[in-house]
Amino acid sequence: MSVPQDLRYTKDHEWVKVEGDVLTVGITAFAVEQLGDVTLVDLPKEGKVLESGKPFGVVESVKSVSDLFAPVSGAVVAVNGELADHPENVNAEPYGKGWMVKIKLSDAGQLAGLMDAAAYAKHVEASTH
Amino acid sequence: MTEAPRKTPLHAEHVLLGGRMVPFAGWEMPVQYAGIVKEHEAVRKAAGIFDVSHMGRLELQGEHAAAVVNYLVTNDCGKLEDGRALYTVACNEEGTILDDLIVYRRGGRDFTVVCNASNRDKIVGHFRKACENHCEFRDVSDETALVAVQGPKAFEVLAGLGGSELSKLPSFGYGSGQVAGVAVQAARTGYTGEDGVELFCAAGDAATLWRGLLEVGRPLGLQPAGLGARDTLRLEAKLCLYGNDIDETTTPLEAGLGWVVKMAKGDFVGRAALEKQKAAGVPRKLVGFEMRGRGIGRHGYPIVPAGGGAAIGVVTSGGPSPTTGKNVGLGYVPAASSEIGTKIGIEIRGSVIEAEIVRTPFYKRETAK
Repeated sequence: MSVPQDLRYTKDHEWVKVEGDVLTVGITAFAVEQLGDVTLVDLPKEGKVLESGKPFGVVESVKSVSDLFAPVSGAVVAVNGELADHPENVNAEPYGKGWMVKIKLSDAGQLAGLMDAAAYAKHVEASTH
Repeated sequence: MTEAPRKTPLHAEHVLLGGRMVPFAGWEMPVQYAGIVKEHEAVRKAAGIFDVSHMGRLELQGEHAAAVVNYLVTNDCGKLEDGRALYTVACNEEGTILDDLIVYRRGGRDFTVVCNASNRDKIVGHFRKACENHCEFRDVSDETALVAVQGPKAFEVLAGLGGSELSKLPSFGYGSGQVAGVAVQAARTGYTGEDGVELFCAAGDAATLWRGLLEVGRPLGLQPAGLGARDTLRLEAKLCLYGNDIDETTTPLEAGLGWVVKMAKGDFVGRAALEKQKAAGVPRKLVGFEMRGRGIGRHGYPIVPAGGGAAIGVVTSGGPSPTTGKNVGLGYVPAASSEIGTKIGIEIRGSVIEAEIVRTPFYKRETAK
């Protein structure tokens, strides 16, 4: 499975796209494959302040309910509202239309805790064995 | 329990097909191959095959076998003819459900009982004890395999493997035949809401049968289907799952299974308790609901009044229904709040989401007129 090189990753199989101090967050193709057909995505409202490592939303598939964990601390500045009616976008384009929230980073130092593509590829490898 | 999970005679086939193996009731079983929704749709539109060899298969033989079976279950096996099967439950003295079963009458002195994998030890013990000094009892589960072939194209697949005569079986009929060169006992039963058969064969023949079904079935749209699709299919058809919708705290009358309780047949285990409950009226009922608000009611979530408040019941099964596109479920509510059209709330992660009690099944196949 290919891992986009320009993104950063968490151990919980979320991806983060860094643009200045705004981070776009979604779940990786590996996570999507594990979940199967996504049937519901529950996301916080704009303005909600997230705390790194704490659950901030839920992704449900036919059989499973999984928490989303905040990759960093910061306020939610945008939410992908389209997922309410089209959760299948997460399956179709996990790195595109399936994005979930944008977070305004409270402290740039937090980025150091995220994996690069090579480290994440190894993490996926370890998760499958 | 730390025992290694058991493997069915088809375990290697599942691994070969890329099935995602998970622990289930002490067994390692495929939860999915291509994906739950894809497998679900294949069964509704074409066909699916399921390995259900983890279920228990028990044989009772002898002059008194019929009387023993009939005493242990609530349905009337006395009226069962040779080559016919029926769905039933077995209760304890309290009238609550030990397991749901299918009883097959192979002949006047020969009966087969199929029980859930999760209850196999309990039911084997219960039946073996009842058979003592009355009839012979054998647990043949380990020597045999059980494969379900389900869906509108099930019989076309079977015909392609020399089993065309199986389409002559009536619903809940049972007989022997040959499929893919393998000797089978076939029953026109299933757990998906579709037409089809369940095939019993010798454990050593299971892989030949399975591969034959796949080879002939694939071009017709057949898919191997796992426990995930089995669950969504049975939920749409409102077939109870033991451990979720029924268990030793629920009676068949509460579960809407009154039609398998035959008081007129004479004495049976649990009869006195069930008669008492029938006379008094059931305190709660298993109902079907559809989510009206955005949310998915799932097993264990509290059912509350529509506007919120203290729990009035609990969801026993629930999830997305691939065929209807709705989020549906089953749960127990007080009999007074069980009418079709009643608005209820499902408590999901602290929020009350609106749902409505609806007619079941959620899906019913169109049958030929």
